[in-house]
This record gives sequence, structure tokens and C-alpha cells, in this order.
Amino acid sequence: MTELLDLNLVEASKALKKKEISSLELTKAYLKSISDTSSLGAYIEIVEVKAISMAKESDKKLIDGIARPLEGIPIGIKDMFCTKNIKTTASSKILENFIPTYESTVTQNLWNDGAVILGKLSCDEFAMGSSNETAAKGNVINPWLKNKKMSPGGSSGGSAAAVAARSALAATGTDTGGSIRQPAAFCGITGLKPTYGRCSRWGIVAFSSSLDQAGPLTRTVSDAALMLNSMAGYDQKDSTSANLKMPDLMDYLDKGIKGKKIGIPKEYTQDGISEDIVKFYEKSIGWLRDEGAEIIPVSLPHTKYALPAYYIIAPAEASSNLARYDGVRYGVRQEASSLDEMYELTRANGFGDEVKRRIMIGTYVLSSGYYDAYYLKAQKVRRLIKEDFENVYKKVDYILTPSTPTTSFELGKKQDPLTMYLNDIFTVPASLAGLPGISLPVGLDKSGLPIGIQLIANSFDEAGLISTARVLEMSAGFNFIADGAAK
Amino acid sequence: MNDTSTLKPGHIQGETGIWEMVIGLEIHAQISSKSKLFSGASASFGSEANRNVSLVDAAMPGMLPVINEFCVEQAVKTGLALNAKINNISVFDRKNYFYADLPQGYQISQFTKPIVGEGEIIVDLDDGEQTTIGIERLHLEQDAGKSLHDQHPTKSYIDLNRTGVALMEIVSKPDIRSPQEAGAYVKKIRSILRYIGACDGNMEEGSLRADCNVSVRKSGEEFGTRCEIKNLNSIRFIIQAIQSEAERQVDILEEGGTIDQETRLFDTSTGETRSMRSKEDAHDYRYFPDPDLLPLEFSESWVQDIKEKLPELPDSLKKRLIKDFGITSYDASILVEEKDYVDFYQQAANGRDGKLTANWMITELFGALKKDNLSFSESPITSENLGELISLISNGTISGKIAKEVFSEMMKSKKSPSEIVKEKGLEQVSDDSEILKLIDQVISDNQDKVNEYLSGKDKLFGFFVGQVMKLSQGKANPGVVNKLLKEKLK
Repeated sequence: MTELLDLNLVEASKALKKKEISSLELTKAYLKSISDTSSLGAYIEIVEVKAISMAKESDKKLIDGIARPLEGIPIGIKDMFCTKNIKTTASSKILENFIPTYESTVTQNLWNDGAVILGKLSCDEFAMGSSNETAAKGNVINPWLKNKKMSPGGSSGGSAAAVAARSALAATGTDTGGSIRQPAAFCGITGLKPTYGRCSRWGIVAFSSSLDQAGPLTRTVSDAALMLNSMAGYDQKDSTSANLKMPDLMDYLDKGIKGKKIGIPKEYTQDGISEDIVKFYEKSIGWLRDEGAEIIPVSLPHTKYALPAYYIIAPAEASSNLARYDGVRYGVRQEASSLDEMYELTRANGFGDEVKRRIMIGTYVLSSGYYDAYYLKAQKVRRLIKEDFENVYKKVDYILTPSTPTTSFELGKKQDPLTMYLNDIFTVPASLAGLPGISLPVGLDKSGLPIGIQLIANSFDEAGLISTARVLEMSAGFNFIADGAAK
Repeated sequence: MNDTSTLKPGHIQGETGIWEMVIGLEIHAQISSKSKLFSGASASFGSEANRNVSLVDAAMPGMLPVINEFCVEQAVKTGLALNAKINNISVFDRKNYFYADLPQGYQISQFTKPIVGEGEIIVDLDDGEQTTIGIERLHLEQDAGKSLHDQHPTKSYIDLNRTGVALMEIVSKPDIRSPQEAGAYVKKIRSILRYIGACDGNMEEGSLRADCNVSVRKSGEEFGTRCEIKNLNSIRFIIQAIQSEAERQVDILEEGGTIDQETRLFDTSTGETRSMRSKEDAHDYRYFPDPDLLPLEFSESWVQDIKEKLPELPDSLKKRLIKDFGITSYDASILVEEKDYVDFYQQAANGRDGKLTANWMITELFGALKKDNLSFSESPITSENLGELISLISNGTISGKIAKEVFSEMMKSKKSPSEIVKEKGLEQVSDDSEILKLIDQVISDNQDKVNEYLSGKDKLFGFFVGQVMKLSQGKANPGVVNKLLKEKLK
């Protein structure tokens, strides 16, 4: 069994195609590790019967020599993706009984390419949070320093924890302000947020429509490339989906970075960053230089306004996107004697505190009299941040930053919302600009927690992002396994 | 008291003087599209409840709107027909409010950047006068669903068939000064929409509804505080509601009161408006650009293509009818009111006496249809048959009087006029010798009258004509009778 779990996605895929292993045994190994690591709480729904039947189907295709790119690969799906006939709750009580009759475009793309579903992964409620503590069914535990009960990060905390704990070969995530990259950093895995528009949002429970983007959480950069190859694609059903063909990312793994220019923004090394992270950030810069990249200091002057702008725009859109959860047509309804009372009780009982907080902030910033001062101003800031990046990309090819200001923190150590929001300080600017970003593990801090470094590329340059990340990955040689991972 | 009978429409006589109405209309026109504005569900009317509902319409989690391009084209077409500015970039906004028949919790509409900007139309009034009414804007938006409160003692039922159906909201400037003008304006808009096929204009089925903004002022003063009367679905109600609302406002102002800006409903049973919600209770809709949709952008050449394909519109058609058929401006206005009328007329009048055709269509046909309670499309008389009747009159086959008899028969039997004339032997007699026979008989029967006439009582001439016509059972050609009688009685 252990050998099966040791294979990363690309290796497993090769072994499957060479018929050294079967999808059924691989899938069973993962189902066992789901049960072995169940105390982490990464999964909120396990679909064993479906997984076995999909694995058998894949084995047939593998035997017939008509294997598709992800044939037989068992993966977990963040609970923000609607999955046909499988409960989809967005980790919220208000959707605890919701079973979609449709499949999201991204997950359908994965099934069309042969992937096998293991189950649905926990996340912060409606993807709002940075610690996975807002999930209705309770937080997920980071497999690193398992006994200390560390946060896996969020919102894709279940996805990151499952990949780190080897209870999924890969997982899908969604990233609105850092929800793929931050948990990937906390859990010592790779997380890629593509360019806004690269993956269809159709069938993904909406949090903030202008920011939400699906992406893979995987063990390695090549795994991420293979996953994204299948997830991405133009979709007529999403008007914001980009009608651009993405090149086969697997062709870009070993392109190297000789002569490439890497920008180091001065705004990302402010106070408050942990020393270990600074150390590994500097190491990373050195590694890239050693591999032939030119390191160029750059400035993204509006960075400090990114977080406030984000915490206006995202809640504003969320307050409107979540209006549909009203108890009228689906989800949990609290019966009451009048329509207004039914709304109030349904939403008061159905949403958790963080969701309510953001709905209230969003409602406030869109209110007449406040709209110009908050929402409109935030949109202007967003434009300036975009321009910052545009200016920098005239001079450099990629930007290197830490993924987070700190490594994971202990669960339950109640942080105030503002401190929590600071977790996203390095991921939010790229989100606002719609740019692709990847976080990959480069080392451990003194306490043994993974450190993530972020690379940001220009719009639709996922290929270059993969090439660069791969160089950093090779140099860092991060090969630690979480103590809480399945053995 | 002043004499109110000389008061102009739209003016109200109060104790303190004459008040003038200021009216602006918001017309909601359902686009004639098979599917909804942002989903593929059917937009048809009259289906069983909740049959035409897609995942998008029901606002299921993760569903996204995709714009229906046909609807965009209809809005542009309408904008062009309203002589309005077409905005090549426009934006969809979300109008947020909670209601059980609004599944998304917001209506997708256009707020700050509508697809169509300012324009104007010419409106024909009943007295034959014309006036120009400004168009403020036209925007695209989704319709809401329907709440049914009468199906269960304590529960409401929701029908989402209408949810997401494409509407155009056409907003006028506050240029309208009387209920009658408002009615004429709606008529003109409806006529234009039907000409271009953007909306069927069916007010009974709710395809065309209007919200009326009404205020009153003394002539020359600033606009007063307005009230909005919601959701009026007939021109008659629009006229009644505005008149009654304006009178209510005058009563309040005359007593020294002030008007509260509010939304009101028109009660068709009492003919009065009543308060629906005050300004304080008004929603804060929290409009913001819908992040699920990109701005609508289209090229000037696309607009030009649509412009070139526009059918001839009522105003230009009216001018052409006057010029080509020599009919009066008044008749032409009536005929261009509906595309069906004008098509019928042009077919019937083609190569014939245009004036005569217009008279027969407007006076006889419209009158007969009204009497029989038939709509124009149900007319038993086809344009071909009316044209034939006009020909029979013009070429002297039948007299005008006989034609009326034939016409009633046509209404009843749907037969062609020549068939009826033949069957009943109604051809006009124009043959001199036959008419002379009749004249001779009348003269011999009325020798005393002939003597009186010859001794100078000219007025009796009509009597002789009448007698001859009577004897011919109306079939004698009156012109020939006249001519021959004159010769005979010299």
C-alpha cells in the first residue's frame, strides 16, 4: 500500500498506463487512507461506491489502451463544486441537504479525462475564511504537527490537508483571495490559481464572481500542470470564461528559466513576516539566480491598498451572490408565519458568523450613500493594482513573493477577523489583478511547518509559471512528508 | 367658478387656479423572443406553472447568466425606431432585493449604462395635432416570477415561468401633459414595437405594461412632487389612473397639504389610486455591475446592419400614404396605427381609389367589426374582397348604396362582393334605354308634379330622381338618371 501512496500524480499515471498498477488498487489505497486519516476531517462526503465503479471503468479503458490524460487517478473535490447526485454543501448548514442535478464544468472536464472521484472536501463556509474554521462541520486539521492541531489554512483547507495527508492524489480548490495558495503553503503542497477566466466558474458555488477561480492542489508542479490541463478550457456557459486555448502545460516542465527576469517587489518584505519565511524567500531568490534568472527589484506601489479593496469587493459580490439562499427553492428552510420571518430565520440559522459578517459588510458598502466611498473606490484601487502589475510586467517575466506572512497557526487560538484577513496579504493582489499564481513548498520553519513561496505570472502565462515553479521546486528539493499523512 | 368646459385636457380647475399635469411613463415591453434574456428556457405565455424554468432561472448554486443575443438585437432595433442614441457599450447591473418570486435575490437590469440613450417620437393626438415626446432611455432587464396568494389559505405559491423573461424598459422624459397624451404615447410606442416585431404589444397578456409618474403644478412653476402608479395594463386604465391621481394631488395641494413621494396602485374597481409603499419604505437596491456578465459591446457596423433592415415605420409610412393615395392626414394616422391596418389598406387600395378605400375601411369596416365585437384579425372581409368592392363602386357596377348592402352580406357570408352582386342581381343599371323606360313611367305616374316642376318648382327634381331610383330598386346609376331626367324635363 505504502508504495502506491508514494506515487505522485504523474508517476501514478505512468504506472497505470504501463499497467504496473490498476486504478482499482490505487483507488482502494486512497479510500483506506481516507479512513486512516479521518480524524483530520478533510472529507465531508466520501463516495466509495462511485469511486470503485469509476476506477473499474478506468481500468477497462487502460486495458483497452484508450486511456485519457487522468485515467484512473483518484482525486478529491472541494465542496464548492456542484457534483451531480452528490451532496454539495459549500460547507454551509444552509445547503446541508443540497444534492445538485448537474455537474460543474471543471469537475465534468476531470471526469471526461478519466479522473476518479473519492469524495467532497471540507472548506471554509462558502469559501470565506483562511483557516478552515468557518466550515459548518468543524475545522480540518493540518496533517503537519498533527498533535498540535494546526490550521490547514483556507478556504481550500480540506483539499490541501487531503493532498498533504495522502488521502487524495490531487484535489480541486477555488481561490478568491488566496484560498488555493495559502492552504497549499500551510500544508506543504503545490497550489495553483490560474488566470481569471481560465477555468469555467459554471457550477461552482459563487463567492465573489469577479475573483473566484478554480485550480489544482497537488504534490508537485508537474502534477499541477497535468491537473490544470484537464480543468481549464473555454466554456460558453460562463460569460467571463476566456476563449483562449491553453498550451499543454506538460510541454513546459523543463524549459528552464535562463535569461528570464524575476521581479522582487519591495512591498512584500514588510514587518510582520516570520524570519524563517524571509530566510527561505531569500534562498529562493538565490536558487532562481543560480539557475540563470536575472533578479530585478520592482515596486507594486498600491499593494498596501489591496487587502482593504479586496475586503470591500469580495463581500459586496458575496452579499448579492448569497441572496439566493433564501429557503424558498432548495436548501434548509426554517418555517415561519411570514415570508420576511422565514427569510430571517432561515438565513440566521443557515449561515455562520463569518458569512454573516461578510454579507453585512457587502450590503453596507453597496448601500446608497456609501457605494461611492467604498465599492467604487475599491474598484478604482483594483484598477491601480492591475496597472501596477502591468507596469512591472514590462520589465520582468515573473514575480516572486512569499505565499503567506506566517506559517500555519494553531486551531482554536481565536484570532480576530482582521488578523485572520492578513493571512491573504500576499495572495490578494494577484487575485485582484486576475493573474495566475502558484504556491510551492520550499522548506520547513523552526517548528517543522512548511513554508510556501509564490510565483505570479502575467495573464494567461500558466505555461511560463509552470516552467519557473518547476525550477524552484527542483532547487528547493522539498521532500518532507507530514507526520499526519497516511502511511 | 370658471367655465370648466373650456379647460384643456391635462388641466384641472382648482379654487386657486388652473393646475397642469406633468407625466412621465416607464413602459415595460416583453421582447418577442423564444427564450429568456439569460437562459435557454422558453419565454412562452400560458404554460403550466413552473414548466419553463431552467437551472439559471431557479438560481441554483453556481449557475451563470448568458446573454441572449436576439434580445440585444431587438433592443437596438427598438432604440433605432425611437430615433435614439445607441450605446455601443452598456453594462448589466444587479438590482438587489428579496422576494419569493425573485430567485436570484436580484434582478439583472441596466442602471447607469443602458443600451439605448435619449431619443424622441412624434405622437398623434385625437384632435389631429401632433406632439413630440422625449425618450430618456431604454434598457434591458429580467422579468420576475409570479406569486399566487389565492391558492391556499396560509401559503403563497410561486410560478417561475416568467422569471428571467426579457423586458425592455422604455423611459419617457416628463414631457407628457395630459392623460390623453399618455394614452397616445403608449399607443405609438406599441405601434412601433409591433412594426419592428420587437414586442407583440399584447397588454392583456402583460407583454406591455406601464408605470406612470404623475405630478401637478401651476403653469410655469417647477415640477411638483411625483407619485408613481405601478403596473397599468391597458390604455384606458392609464388614462383613468393619471386623471384620478392628478385630481387627488390637486385636492391635497388646494387644501394646503403636500404630496408624499410614493408608489401607488390603481384600483380598477374604484377607479382610484391607493398607496403601495412610501418613500421611506422604498428599497435600497444596492445596484452594482453584475460580475457574471461582461459589458455589452457591439460595433457601429452591426448597428448599421440592423438599421438597414428596419421596416418602414409609422411616421414615414403615413407621409407616403398621404402622398401616394391622396388620403387625409387624419385617415393616414388611423391606418398606420397598426401594421395590420396599413398592410390591409395597401393591399385593398392598390391600383384603386385610395380615398374611397380609406373611407370604407375606417368608417364601414372598423365600424362593423366594432359592432360585431371582432378584432381586426378576425375580420370576415379580406383586403382582396374590400378592394374588389371598391372596384365595383368605381367602375359603376354598383352604386354606393347597393355597396352597403353588399358589404353587410360580405360581413355575414365572407363571400366575395362580385359573387354577392351576381347572386342577388344587384348590378347597377346604366343603360340609357332601360333608365328611360323607368323615367317615362315616373313621368306618367306623376303628371301633376311634372307640371309643377315645369312651371318653376325646381326643387321637385330630387323627387323624380328618388322615384326613378326606387323603381329600379336602387340599381339605376344615379348619374345617368340625373342626366336623362334633365333632358326629358326640359
